[in-house]
Amino acid sequence: MSFIPPHTIKELELKANEARMLVVDMLEDAGSGHTAGPLGIADIFTALYFHSAKHDVHNPDWEERDRIILSNGHIVPIRYAVMALAGYFPIEELKTLRKFGSRLQGHPERSKIFALETTSGPLGSGLSQAAGIAYAGRMDNKKFTTFCLMSDGEMQTGNIWEAAMFAGKNRLSNLIGIIDRNNIQINGMTEDVMPIEPLKDKWESFNWHVIEVNGNNIEEVVYAIDTARAIYEKPIMIIAHTIPGKGIKEIEFDYTWHGKPPTKEEEQKFLKELRTLRGKIESTHHD
Amino acid sequence: MFDPKLHKDLFSKIKLEQKATRDGFGLGLVEAGKQDARVVALCADLSESTRTEWFQKEFPERYVELGVAEQNLAALASGMANYGKIPFIMSYAAFSPGRNNEQIRTTISLNNFPVKIVGCHAGLSVGPDGATHQALEDIGLMRMQPNMTVLVPCDSNEAYKATVAATKHNGPVYIRLAREKSPVFTTEETSFEIGKAQIFFDGHSYSGKLPEVGIIACGSLVYSAILAARELAEEGVSVSVMNLATIKPLDTQSIRKFAKDCGGIVTVEEHQVTGGLGSAIAECLASDFPRPMEFVGVHDRFGQSGTAEELYKEYGLTVSDIKIAVKKVRARK
Repeated sequence: MSFIPPHTIKELELKANEARMLVVDMLEDAGSGHTAGPLGIADIFTALYFHSAKHDVHNPDWEERDRIILSNGHIVPIRYAVMALAGYFPIEELKTLRKFGSRLQGHPERSKIFALETTSGPLGSGLSQAAGIAYAGRMDNKKFTTFCLMSDGEMQTGNIWEAAMFAGKNRLSNLIGIIDRNNIQINGMTEDVMPIEPLKDKWESFNWHVIEVNGNNIEEVVYAIDTARAIYEKPIMIIAHTIPGKGIKEIEFDYTWHGKPPTKEEEQKFLKELRTLRGKIESTHHD
Repeated sequence: MFDPKLHKDLFSKIKLEQKATRDGFGLGLVEAGKQDARVVALCADLSESTRTEWFQKEFPERYVELGVAEQNLAALASGMANYGKIPFIMSYAAFSPGRNNEQIRTTISLNNFPVKIVGCHAGLSVGPDGATHQALEDIGLMRMQPNMTVLVPCDSNEAYKATVAATKHNGPVYIRLAREKSPVFTTEETSFEIGKAQIFFDGHSYSGKLPEVGIIACGSLVYSAILAARELAEEGVSVSVMNLATIKPLDTQSIRKFAKDCGGIVTVEEHQVTGGLGSAIAECLASDFPRPMEFVGVHDRFGQSGTAEELYKEYGLTVSDIKIAVKKVRARK
């Protein structure tokens, strides 16, 4: 199924690993923030910024760019990390996360950095905004794609389903949603807190085309986005099954890591593990 | 006397045309659509009663139907503005901004996007529908948001002008409208500018006496304030009336001068007195020019079913209530 050569996949995996290290580093520095979500979604942000999305770091307001909308704003550290790696701002600036005077607000703000596209944090309204951009773009015959990344916890908000209905009715095939299905939220596991399954059936019944992937497999993610771009007549939802805290074994799947940063000691331990992982990617990949 | 650009038969209620502010808005939206191709109209299943259908007929490709989904209405408009459109979003004020306040705050105001939020059927005058549909908090909600401009037109003509002006204003605007018909007492010639208060009735030139109290009003009650001022003049009390169509940004300079000239203020609005026009004026004057004030408005109660006239009486928003408030302020000076 590979549409991209193995060396590219390896490069993307290394980028995602680097982004994870930056996230661990910046969260420890910030002293607050979310750890599990950003680590789990690292591969998807990397795939978008380094392979799948059309964008130009030198022209962030390029009219034809794909729009990458982050609905669950609390995982923004990974977006900051990946955007810094892509050249949108200096890596050193990541150290200012959540600090007074920083452009890197605790939750993303478009007025601080235009390339963030939207402002988010309160859950459930990103898909509406993405649908508005997609609808307006189609009015003007624009060819760009609008991506909207959401959390699974967000599926509990009413606003999401208002947007789902709108996009389904209007057959917004230039809209690709991506749900980070990591099964955790602040109060516990999603299915205990407020079940959202059967998720695929829900989206299909709202007239969306649904693709399920392993969201921590970059090759699968890239392939799913390619497939989604080739679908007409319907908006597309990619349900990306991810592991919260991915890359650091002791916190993987642990919902208590949803909303806390690592301590200095944990940071050193986590970075060591991610360096080991980098070594594995470099040595074992098929190229 | 009174602003010469107002209707020549200002005091003859029978000769004045009766029209709702939503009608002026509907015409204004069509005009805005003609002037700027970026204007789009989004409506949450209320296109007839909000007069959005007039725009829909003229520009069907620029009309977007949302269904009963006010949160999506606001956030989707944010997306369209993000792309480069100038969206107007129409619903009843009780639902928008009543229900979607957070979406307006986060996705529109915080980004300073040029989305125009049109809250129809605001105030008690929507009448028989009852408390659930009588928005009495919307001015407060909207004026608390940074970047937001808040407009409350006093009649249909002003609603038309406010709509056209809002389109040209590069930022979010809230326009508050009423369902009920009210006297059209301004004319095409009456000036309108966002952020500019206007003295519609000058007590000094009308009665020859310096004004003793100033009334600051918004919405259709501006007309009631003018009638009150005229009756008071007959009784020997000189009163001036200011039309404050822009609640935010507040024309602080004109308001301070008005308070200085009149010495006491009565505010009049079809809204909770907490958070609305009266609060805005009090905040402005308290800091550097406190004067005796009375607040005509709804005092911490919900509305109920009834005719507009019955409700104005029950909640103390009649011409005679305004007169009583003026006399109270006068006595406190």
